[in-house]
Amino acid sequence: MFRYTKVTLLREIGLWALALVFLAPFYFLVTTALKADGEIYTTSPLALPKTPDFSNFLDVLTATGNSNVVMGLVNSTIITAGSIIGLIALGSITGYVISRSTARWSKGTYYLFLIAIILPGQLGAVPLYMGARALGLTGSAWGMIILYTGMLLPLAIFLYSNFFRGLGTDYEEAATIDGASKSQIFSKVVLPMMAPATGTVTIFAGLIVWNDFFTSLIFLGGSANQTLPVAMYYYIGSLVSEWNSIFAIVIVSMVPILALFLFAQKRFIQGFSGGLKG
Amino acid sequence: MTATMQPKTEAADAPRRGRRIPGAGGKARSRGGAMQFGHWWWALPGIVLVIAIHYVATGIGGYFAFTNWTGIGSFKVVGWQNFEAIFKDPTKLGALTNTLFLAFGSVFLGNVGGLIIALGLNRVLKTRYILRTLFFMPVVLSPLATAYIWKYIFDFDGPINAFLTAIGAGDLAKPWLADPQWAIWTVLVVLVWGSTGFAMVIFMAGLAGVPVEVEEAAAIDGANLWQRFRHVVLPAIRPAVAIATTLGIVQGLRVFDPIMALTGGGPAGATETLATQVYKQAFALGNFGGGAALALVLAFIILFFAVIQQRLTRSNPED
Repeated sequence: MFRYTKVTLLREIGLWALALVFLAPFYFLVTTALKADGEIYTTSPLALPKTPDFSNFLDVLTATGNSNVVMGLVNSTIITAGSIIGLIALGSITGYVISRSTARWSKGTYYLFLIAIILPGQLGAVPLYMGARALGLTGSAWGMIILYTGMLLPLAIFLYSNFFRGLGTDYEEAATIDGASKSQIFSKVVLPMMAPATGTVTIFAGLIVWNDFFTSLIFLGGSANQTLPVAMYYYIGSLVSEWNSIFAIVIVSMVPILALFLFAQKRFIQGFSGGLKG
Repeated sequence: MTATMQPKTEAADAPRRGRRIPGAGGKARSRGGAMQFGHWWWALPGIVLVIAIHYVATGIGGYFAFTNWTGIGSFKVVGWQNFEAIFKDPTKLGALTNTLFLAFGSVFLGNVGGLIIALGLNRVLKTRYILRTLFFMPVVLSPLATAYIWKYIFDFDGPINAFLTAIGAGDLAKPWLADPQWAIWTVLVVLVWGSTGFAMVIFMAGLAGVPVEVEEAAAIDGANLWQRFRHVVLPAIRPAVAIATTLGIVQGLRVFDPIMALTGGGPAGATETLATQVYKQAFALGNFGGGAALALVLAFIILFFAVIQQRLTRSNPED
């Protein structure tokens, strides 16, 4: 019934045209970043660069640009990786226990996490900042990892407990018969099976933490341990309209995440549609 | 396999577990709530962290909304004074209007656009997966990076004005982001660009669940494209609509990064939102009490719309 017809071809061509218009911003991003200083003021913004000039990238990535981009890259990587590890460790075990328990408290705990997902972060931001400052967690990568783990934990637990509920207990029962202890069951039987849930948690949390600006602006602003978005915000604020330099730093900030996305796009998109349906 | 056969006799008193465990163990079936797998205290670190970071912080934040604290030194409880100040201040009322406009505008346009693209990509298209990847790309970028790209595009010397001049419509060229009338629309464009791909993916997942046979049957019965969409496809993707719009509204109401990067709230407060106001009041102006009050207003607006949205789009109470 639904076969490939001439109308389908037309639809396909139409969507490609739409995609080209939709992705036009990337054209401006790349061409402008490759233009030399003088060229951005003299040529049309629509034109290609006369000769690609990579000096903007060198400026941004070295001390000459007086930017903290490299430091931001390092910090963002540490904080993102640390938060993901924290979320997987705490999220999997908490999600497991509350979805396997038959006790009454487990349902209440599940709702405790569910409500925390909708609870707007802005309201807690001020006291959280005060508390973190008192504990000496502001301005450090450790503090950010703890904060992000706590902030995203409800989401991770939600994804994990949905996963465990869809997973039968047959393997765990079998392991019990074989004499495995509770911790052995978790680490040797359950842990290897939950890779799909871990993948989704990694994608969600990784993207949110890597791109987050609000939290890191508040907790790391003015410190020496800025993340990439904060370093980018301050650096760009110091440039007037040197769009080629601005875009060099924008490209540097987006290449890691975009490369990861293009590499794992299938799982990425599945994580989004499947994880949310969960 | 043999191992799974044996426990049946041993666990004869315990009810046989199905593939899905209904509810979060709603009925305490095993005596005394004893856990078959795992120890209950494994959940403690997670519970403590979430209570501290979400509930305690939010609770304290709610309390500060009724004080005149500046961030340092002593403070006193001032009752509803902060809230009265919010509703008397045109900047903050403007921020409220802008927030609602941006949230609903971006949800509406982003979802309609996402649905149209998803429908276009649905079935038979040979390059549907490549196109899906391309349309999804903006979602992955940080809102900050996205905002800087668009800031250039809307710049007075940027591509849009250059394009308008090139096609002989140079009179329409304007400093979009500096124009109080147009600035908010440019912000809307940026938000829609960043969210369309997200809606598209959710709709594509929803559309994949629509049975081909039903659609074909409707087509054979003479239903046209619109009728098929209205009576077959749309009811089937209602859960997807619910998810996409709820997340979109919650996201849209908290919009912060793009505003800070695009306009900083200007010109003359024309693009100020509640989230940027919270930040400015609490962290830049040292008015913690006022910032917390504003955050409380924002929190209630978000909760209000999230609940309404869930009620409206829920297909059946079981979901």
